[in-house]
Amino acid sequence: MNEMSETREVREARLQGLGCKRKRVEDVRFTQGKGKYVDDLKLPGMLYGDFHRSPYGHARIKRIDTSKAKAVPGVLAVLTAEDLKPLKLDWMPTLAGDVQAVLAGDKVLFQNQEIAFIVATERYIAADAADLVEVEYEALPALVDPFKAMAEDAPILREDIKDKTTGAHGERKHPNHIFTWEIGDREATDLAFREAEVTIKELISYQRVHPCPLETCQSVASFDKIKGELTVWGTFQAPHVVRTVAAILSGIPEHKIHVIAPDIGGGFGNKVGVYPGYVCAIVASIVTGRPVKWVEDRIENLSTTAFARDYHMTAEIAATREGRVKALRVHVLADHGAFDACADPSKWPAGFFNIVTGSYDFPIAHVAVDGVYTNKAPGGVAYRCSFRVTEAAYCIERAMDILAHKLGIDPAEIRMRNFIRREQFPYHSALGWEYDSGDYHTALQKALDAVGYSALRAEQTARREAFRRGETREIMGIGIAFFTEIVGAGPAKNCDILGIAMFDSAEIRIHPTGAVIARMGTKSQGQGHETTYAQIIASELGIPADDVMIEEGNTDTAPYGLGTYGSRSTPTAGAATAMACRKIKAKAQMIAAHLLEVHHDDVEFDIDRFRVKGMPERFKTMKDIAWTAYSAPPPGLEPGLEAVNYYDPPNMTYPFGAYICVMDIDVDTGVAKIRRFYALDDCGTRINPMIIEGQVHGGLTEAFAIAMGQEIAYDEIGNVKGASFLDFFLPTAVETPKWETDFTVTPSPHHPIGAKGVGESPNVGGVPAFSNAVNDAFAFLGATHIQMPHDAWRLWQAAEALGAQG
Amino acid sequence: MIPGPFAYHRPQSLAEAVALFAAHPEDGRALAGGHSLIPMMKLRLATPEHLIDLGGIAALKGIRREGETWVIGATTTQAALIGHEALPAGLPIIGETARQIADPQIRYCGTLGGNVANGDPGNDMPALMMCLDAVYHLAGAKGERRVKARDFYLGAYVTALAAGEILTAIQIPAAPPGHGHAYEKLKRKIGDYATAAAAVMLTLEAGRIATCAIGLTNLAPTPLLAEAAAAMLIGETPDERAFAAAARAVEAIVAPTADGRGPVEYRTKMAGVMTRRALARAVARIGA
Repeated sequence: MNEMSETREVREARLQGLGCKRKRVEDVRFTQGKGKYVDDLKLPGMLYGDFHRSPYGHARIKRIDTSKAKAVPGVLAVLTAEDLKPLKLDWMPTLAGDVQAVLAGDKVLFQNQEIAFIVATERYIAADAADLVEVEYEALPALVDPFKAMAEDAPILREDIKDKTTGAHGERKHPNHIFTWEIGDREATDLAFREAEVTIKELISYQRVHPCPLETCQSVASFDKIKGELTVWGTFQAPHVVRTVAAILSGIPEHKIHVIAPDIGGGFGNKVGVYPGYVCAIVASIVTGRPVKWVEDRIENLSTTAFARDYHMTAEIAATREGRVKALRVHVLADHGAFDACADPSKWPAGFFNIVTGSYDFPIAHVAVDGVYTNKAPGGVAYRCSFRVTEAAYCIERAMDILAHKLGIDPAEIRMRNFIRREQFPYHSALGWEYDSGDYHTALQKALDAVGYSALRAEQTARREAFRRGETREIMGIGIAFFTEIVGAGPAKNCDILGIAMFDSAEIRIHPTGAVIARMGTKSQGQGHETTYAQIIASELGIPADDVMIEEGNTDTAPYGLGTYGSRSTPTAGAATAMACRKIKAKAQMIAAHLLEVHHDDVEFDIDRFRVKGMPERFKTMKDIAWTAYSAPPPGLEPGLEAVNYYDPPNMTYPFGAYICVMDIDVDTGVAKIRRFYALDDCGTRINPMIIEGQVHGGLTEAFAIAMGQEIAYDEIGNVKGASFLDFFLPTAVETPKWETDFTVTPSPHHPIGAKGVGESPNVGGVPAFSNAVNDAFAFLGATHIQMPHDAWRLWQAAEALGAQG
Repeated sequence: MIPGPFAYHRPQSLAEAVALFAAHPEDGRALAGGHSLIPMMKLRLATPEHLIDLGGIAALKGIRREGETWVIGATTTQAALIGHEALPAGLPIIGETARQIADPQIRYCGTLGGNVANGDPGNDMPALMMCLDAVYHLAGAKGERRVKARDFYLGAYVTALAAGEILTAIQIPAAPPGHGHAYEKLKRKIGDYATAAAAVMLTLEAGRIATCAIGLTNLAPTPLLAEAAAAMLIGETPDERAFAAAARAVEAIVAPTADGRGPVEYRTKMAGVMTRRALARAVARIGA
């Protein structure tokens, strides 16, 4: 092969860099069943843990008797809160500044709460013994409705903090109150509402759902008494943070704790936090001196480890008669369950909910969020979205439609009238964010043209008339959502977790032959990091992506990072990767100049090599340079070719998109059929279009599930309903609609390669698109807002209430 | 999701199986495809001490024509029903119903006998068997006996199967020539039990309904035979008015529970809607 004669295109294609639809390298093992997950781990002498859990949603524990369980042959230990107390591990801190019971001692606060941890030589024995733990309860009235949490006669849930009038986020107004978080200008907003020509107000609820990764949460803990070292393998989206927390809680020095996140089968926010199972497995390993495995089953996953949403948003818009928005006012009642275990940056108890002004130029706004305790499982994680961004996008996109409906303005038109204009970026929102870039009008217009929007509206008009004449029992809805996300947390000035700034990192080492190993502080759960980070390196350094190995998840080898969630990997670790590459490139340039015997200002980078300016035939490839770095580095330059970068982003990134859903609803059964779903995403520079498409497909499928059926509901005495796949709506390929994807490209001006993050956009934009389609279908019958989930029986009820039943 | 301890038996003959059940009349459970029983065992809602796997008994498998009836072995899988060389043409409603059960993978394991014998009101085949007036062949230590599907279901998970008895075969009358059929099932997703489902078999004579049977799934503690609704259609012109009247008669006899599929009122109405649609489709098929 003659490197001189190859065209630039061939050289560029060989790299499989930015923009290449490179096949996912992970899939070689995943599609052959050769992934290595936590549950694949088998260690000599390993024990198995299982929980005895509360059948009550709220009860006082009067007595726990573990004697029968301990008597089962093969049971080595049964841990209760009493056993954890001397170790000060009966409670643990949460990411939200609260504490959570590891094992319930005095009270249980939600159904299936952990009470005893049984450790046995076999998984089956542990389960048998768990049944034999005897607990005597005094049932207490359960608090299920968040709207009754702060009533005078509400049962007090958290007796451990009932006298504390301030919490981690300020004043508490009631023993069941967690915080009030306010942002924006209340007085000016109130004034704008008093002077408004038109206002709308609606309670928009986003039901409790669950991220529901196919692989449940699990860990294996192994404590080596001789070395005093603890190794924990676990389903951790943020392994480094887990290690730091483990060090602080256990007193074991951080360098003697090894946290390893192997392959992970989906996370979606569910695997960010620390759960009682992890703590109990660690304690049990220390107590028994043997490795201990803990693996959740599906019911445990859905009913105890972190849920998402449960936001009840009262949204108001003030506008002119022409539909120009003048002010936004939102109050949120946030149901956090029994403990405040939300996974948000520490200073943001309601996440980035203040992105709720969305894509629109609101001159003024005010938001207040009240968090309350209820007898439900703790959580409140960002389920495939940045922190509370899905809730915010749902709120504003429903509210804009409600305003449009009230004014008789088309939903597309009202968005066009109020969009932040391209020339307004960087745009300072009324609630404090600096949107980095956007071109909303172009994106929405492209979407409208792609679906033939005006023809769809004409068809809808005709079908509504046919419905009124009794010729059809189907109604047609067109849902538009235009979302703006805020991802990539985040700048140290805004974001930290337990005091650690939310940077991320990359460490890149080029071996003598030009092959590369790179390690990041993030952790893929299926996003395809091993493929995409290598593409960034390929384009930056001119080394084929196939020659790059990406490693994450081992705290001993990877640089410190805050993990993967909130679409932050590309904005933070992706940026760190590019920056580390540029450090390497600077050194490579020196080496190339040395080899070419010219001044380093006289060489320039060209795809996969440095060449002498104006003399393209005189060049050194990155391979040549790598060899020289180890064999004969220029005098005065240290050998080797590697770099580390810890990247603190200057700002978040703001991906956006225009989604359109066309739906037909059978009013006799309430069954909705998705006829068409078009998704245009602008995530800035596109690293791998195929992975983006896959991400969008997956996120839209989750959005479809959430909008059209998912719910973790509780009955009035606190029994969790539907916490299995029988009831929890996880669509199969049969139910899942066909997705059409499209894009525009508006690069982030501050990101080294202009990328913004895309993993969560489809969930954020998808949910309001489905819900707007449902509401649009019913609008001509007089509906203003129909609450999610839009499953068949609820849509039938909506039709019934609107008189659509024969 | 970990079952309790149990002993596992795999008899190779019916006699051996009958003997095992005789030895464990109270704590033995028959295992066929396992798709109802094993999930219940994992939830520890069922805790049989002896699991007697019928899968090794060749005599319990297979489909054959016997005079004017079909005889289907109890451990014949749903996939075998769908894939049989003669049954889909002779009695197409069996395959249509089987396709509404779970997903292809499960249909390779799940059996007709298991579906009809455990008395789960959510199962699809019991209502169809009542609609088709099938007869169940039962074997036990005291010998063999036959029970009509219409007399078999006594309550949720309570059937005429005596302790120690095994269902060996299901005998179904051949369908009359030129019949119309339909199984309409409303469900939330693949693999779900019915929100409401209706099985309809009917014949027409001179443009009027001559015979009609309607079975209903998951709308009461047992599958239901909607006798009054079917009776009122006899002699009627098969039109929307007649179907709506039958639907109202169905709504009057169902007693669904409120669950994730919807409240009682909704599921009651869906019983009517499924009946109406099944009747219309059955009639349309005759025309076709």
